[in-house]
Amino acid sequence: MARTVIPFGPQHPVLPEPLHLTLTVEDEIVKSAIPKLGYVHRGLEKLAEIRDHSQMIQIVERVCGICSTLHAMCYCQGIEELMNVEVPPRAKFLRVIWAEMHRMHSHLLWLGLFADAFGFESLFMQFWRIRERIMDLQEATSGNRVIVSVNCVGGVKRDIDAETQKWILDTMKIVEKEVLQLKSTIMDDFTVKRRTVGIGVLSKEKAYEMGAAGPTLRASGIAQDLRQTGYAAYSDLNFEPVIETDGDCYARTVCRFNEVFQAIDLIREAFTKLPDGELAVKAKGLPNGEVVSRVEQPRGEVLYYLKGNGTKFLERVRIRTPTFANIPPLLDMLPGCDLADVPVLILTIDPCISCTER
Amino acid sequence: MFMTKIVLKNLLTKYATRLYPFQTKEPFKDVKGELKIVMEKCILCGVCKLRCPSQCIKVDKQAKTWEVDPFSCVYCGICVEACPVKCLYQEGQYRAPLADKDMVLHVQEAKTVEAPPAP
Repeated sequence: MARTVIPFGPQHPVLPEPLHLTLTVEDEIVKSAIPKLGYVHRGLEKLAEIRDHSQMIQIVERVCGICSTLHAMCYCQGIEELMNVEVPPRAKFLRVIWAEMHRMHSHLLWLGLFADAFGFESLFMQFWRIRERIMDLQEATSGNRVIVSVNCVGGVKRDIDAETQKWILDTMKIVEKEVLQLKSTIMDDFTVKRRTVGIGVLSKEKAYEMGAAGPTLRASGIAQDLRQTGYAAYSDLNFEPVIETDGDCYARTVCRFNEVFQAIDLIREAFTKLPDGELAVKAKGLPNGEVVSRVEQPRGEVLYYLKGNGTKFLERVRIRTPTFANIPPLLDMLPGCDLADVPVLILTIDPCISCTER
Repeated sequence: MFMTKIVLKNLLTKYATRLYPFQTKEPFKDVKGELKIVMEKCILCGVCKLRCPSQCIKVDKQAKTWEVDPFSCVYCGICVEACPVKCLYQEGQYRAPLADKDMVLHVQEAKTVEAPPAP
């Protein structure tokens, strides 16, 4: 049969954000895919020229709505390294708590969107209902529902008192129970398995070669997680990356599903080890020099390259987000799959286009 | 018949959602909502204007005015933290929808009565 070219996106019901793929299809089997990005480019890196280094925290938080605090954390860690600031231990633990809350809400959002992608509307609602509990925690602890603006150079701005800690731990218990209830629905369901098992297989070698990041990489059997490097308070916590070995859509779902429980465990452990002390130290001087700062986001590794020149404005801010790293593996997975599986496949890398295009 | 238990449970439990217009959520403590100012306390120093990452605040020392663009404000609360006299605060609620994208203007009333200009 002759080849047909099908434009996928930028407006597509399954995509919350605009990503275009030119799919060449033969008999409903995808033969090749060419991506096109740049629909939501905002030029946030360029803003470093007119916003000073402390205002940039608020700007990098808005790179991505789903992992805002992790962007700010990564940026602050970089600036702290440039300015030789040692963050107090309590601030490090609080950063971990907010980061893990963010990871949970991001994964629950993704699990909901994924359920929606294969037409499982009620499961989507269930996941988002659970997610709402975490959004409430974020709003109560940081003041904002989505943009958890707690990081500052030298520490964190807000504290979590004993009463709120208890509330968070109680909510974690409820969330754990509710997510476990959904386990059999998403893991053992016949329809879900038919749509995910064996589809879009990314082998271990390919994942490594293509530079995949985050759950996309870990679902292919590579135990690589930046939290192993022990930034913030992760060195004091008991942490093992969640891995799956199959490398298909199902493995990526399981990987993210299990990371929700891992995040709950990390929050619990962080609260038991939470030291007393001050929240932030005052940063003196201006950033000078170059630094590369890395943090594990829900989608994978984010990299910040920061270059200061001794003035209050940074000379260069370069952000490499995990979705950008996950697009080449996606293009490798697409050829050979059914056209009907393309939306599910695209969602399994958890694309965050506004991150990618900044 | 496996659903009977779930159906009965759902019939007997209360609503999963809030009956919104009649029942609204109490805002959490220290939620960063709409930006407000106590104009009497303001010293028009302009620190809020300098610190604002979205540059939505305008301060005019001569005209004694303080303006905010509620549509550019990102509710970060940097100005509230930076204010030396703590005249800025954030309400628990977000800004209500508006029909026009206007700046919100606050004018400080003159504290001392100036002498009338000579004729």
